Amino acid sequence: MNALRKYLDKIKPDFEEGGRLHALRSVFEGFESFLFVPNTTSKCGVNVHDAIDSKRIMIFVVIALMPALLFGMYNIGYQNYMAAGVDGTFWEMFGFGFLAVLPKIIVSYVVGLGIEFIVAQWKHEEIQEGYLVTGMLVPMIVPVDCPLWIIAIACAFAVIFAKEIFGGTGMNIFNVALITRAFLFFAYPTAMSGDACWVAKESICGLGNDLPDTFTMATPLGEVATGTVPAFSWDQVIGLIPGSIGETSVIAIAIGALILLWSGIASWKTMFSVFVGGALLAWIFNMWGPEGNAGAMMPWYEHLVLGGFCFGAVFMATDPVTSARTETGKYIYGFLIGAMAIIIRVLNPGYPEGMMLAILLMNLFAPLIDYFVVQHNIDKRTRRAIKK
Amino acid sequence: MAKVIKLHKGLDVNLKGKAAKEQFLVKKPGIYALMPDDFTGMKPKVVVKEGDTVKVGDALFVDKNHPEVKVVSSVSGKVTMVERGDRRKLLSVRVAADENQQYVDFGKRSVEQMTAQDVKQFLLETGLFAFLKQRPYDVVACPDDTPKAIFVSAFNSMPLAADFEYVLQGRESDFQTGLNVLAKLAKTHLGVSTKQTAMALTAAKNVEVTFFDGPAPAGNVGVQINHVDPVNKGEVVWTVGAEEVIFIGRLFNTGKLDFTRVIAFAGSEVKKPAYCQMTVGQQLTSLIEGNVTTGRTLRVVNGNVMTGQVTTADGFLAAHATEINVIPEGDDVHEMFGWIMPRLNDYSSSRSYCSWLMGRKEYALDARIKGGERHLIMSGEYDRVFPMDIFPEQLVKAVIVGDIDRMEALGIYEVAPEDFALCEFVDSSKLEVQRIMRQGLDMLRKEMA
Repeated sequence: MNALRKYLDKIKPDFEEGGRLHALRSVFEGFESFLFVPNTTSKCGVNVHDAIDSKRIMIFVVIALMPALLFGMYNIGYQNYMAAGVDGTFWEMFGFGFLAVLPKIIVSYVVGLGIEFIVAQWKHEEIQEGYLVTGMLVPMIVPVDCPLWIIAIACAFAVIFAKEIFGGTGMNIFNVALITRAFLFFAYPTAMSGDACWVAKESICGLGNDLPDTFTMATPLGEVATGTVPAFSWDQVIGLIPGSIGETSVIAIAIGALILLWSGIASWKTMFSVFVGGALLAWIFNMWGPEGNAGAMMPWYEHLVLGGFCFGAVFMATDPVTSARTETGKYIYGFLIGAMAIIIRVLNPGYPEGMMLAILLMNLFAPLIDYFVVQHNIDKRTRRAIKK
Repeated sequence: MAKVIKLHKGLDVNLKGKAAKEQFLVKKPGIYALMPDDFTGMKPKVVVKEGDTVKVGDALFVDKNHPEVKVVSSVSGKVTMVERGDRRKLLSVRVAADENQQYVDFGKRSVEQMTAQDVKQFLLETGLFAFLKQRPYDVVACPDDTPKAIFVSAFNSMPLAADFEYVLQGRESDFQTGLNVLAKLAKTHLGVSTKQTAMALTAAKNVEVTFFDGPAPAGNVGVQINHVDPVNKGEVVWTVGAEEVIFIGRLFNTGKLDFTRVIAFAGSEVKKPAYCQMTVGQQLTSLIEGNVTTGRTLRVVNGNVMTGQVTTADGFLAAHATEINVIPEGDDVHEMFGWIMPRLNDYSSSRSYCSWLMGRKEYALDARIKGGERHLIMSGEYDRVFPMDIFPEQLVKAVIVGDIDRMEALGIYEVAPEDFALCEFVDSSKLEVQRIMRQGLDMLRKEMA
């Protein structure tokens, strides 16, 4: 450790202003602070600081994503072997899924972090950690057959136009990962929806099975869109159903949710109210929904289990930057996300899934919700002054 | 029974090196200095020259805008130096102390027979008025104002702070006289912790006692004002440190100024944390030397570890400081992979660390910021440790963008930078919140002048 520290101290001048590797300053700083906690001391204000920093927070979110990601890898193999009618061992299935997902993770990080490094260098700032989470979210919310080049374009678009032009992590209006998905969804609809993209069709490095190009497999929500209500099964909870890579397993997502709630990184208020909003709206549709609408007939609990509802509620709606920032606002924000997601699912025949659009829509309204909450406090203060 | 206000938000950080309730003697040093920076908002004008002799109670510098507000020497002796910094900014006026202290005799006063105007005049004349602060802006009070109330907090809830109940022992009558004086000026509120039992506090006369129960920053006078009688636009309240109430009482009881106070000498790097008697402006050398650990860089904090200014081992006791805290600087520490390691010796209020498992463990924190500065990412962090009916995050943002109307609307008149100390401590974005708030208050004050 000391040797490494000494080495870093030795090469540091090269990366500073005027050094020969100055063009890589942001990269060096990024790696240095990744290896060692910065030991700059406070100049003014409090003389001691809490050990928490944004690196720790982001890493914890990534850790919370791991169960869903690992299960997603297994599920990819499982779906492939199922479709081919071949028996595979656990490790074969997992290995296949791993190989199918890894390139997506790499592409997402290389493109996104690459842009972050360049922007940090250009703006003379430190590298912001926000993309650690975004970069992991992106591969988890796309179908397994989504081509890499499309992911690369979408990541670049989202990082530049949804984040950096607003000023970087903490200043963005929309959730960056969801903008990536929205971009994919509207620009390349065939790669993102329909029945053909949910099962991996090519074997990788001898693992997995080749399936015919014409093979299709609908997600449960896809079935709903065509008018049939899939029966509730425990596979939907465990996650052994086709779907985006990380979104299928309710159990794996619940483990992630526990990590986030326990560490206090995600707001339980937001998360809880998303489920309340979704359950309530779905129940209302169950009771008084339009006749013959499969979405309205699907039981409310199945609505919460299927599609990206859980994943969105746990990992997307709770993004502190784009969600409502006042404590009261979080209840309203979460509730409306849940409600809106179900409304889009049931009443919009074009989109089988509504979570992404619901969250993006509420991202847009979060400042308005906060405005009313804060305004209430301001009005109270004004009234107090007048009364005197 | 007086009103008890229970506060839920806040954070108690358990730091190592709390002062034991015993006193040790500190050798009196030769040099004393009074620093205008301790009297926030004052534009100092020096009224002595190097070589002048002064008594305790002779003015050293006055406020340019209100020449009647003066800061007086806390010792008698010879002015040795008028220290100036960049752009001739006055940094300090230093006085070399005499062997035998000479006092200006102001004469004993009986506050019962004085009017509010007399009291104010007497405080101005003796220089104690400069110790009064006002909200809004958290600056030295303006003698032209009539405050709607005066607030005194009898406890400091910050970690490593001096325990006022202990400091008060033997000074109860001076404290009560001080309160009587303040009560003459305006309705006076005394904030007492539910843990305090001294009769001089819980049964203080002529003031309205309010009890506060809860974690830090319950002892901040700003928090107490917010819960008892919040400041509205156009109103002024004055705040006085509990120690300074004793100064005032002593003056009325004896006719002499005596700026001696009992301070806590605390912190993880202090060998034997305890209390000692110090005089305002006293050089810290004799306090620090031999009493702190050696071998690594240390940080001496003039005042509390959460709110105080960084000073050096040969610095001078700040005017309002009730403790001197010494902690490791920490610039020699290289922690690897901090973002994932358990870091059992580091404290965090976040459950992503193990502090919540460690019970009553005492932490020896150093002065590292432990992270890079970011935009505000996490929401609700400030709110958790800010027990006032104000949206702290939105207020800080309003200050950052310099939106004066919004600052006003969000209640900047009610706050002081110290109220944001814990926000700054827990902030994962590592913003200098206290500096930002000071800037905001200064901006507003300039705009309103």
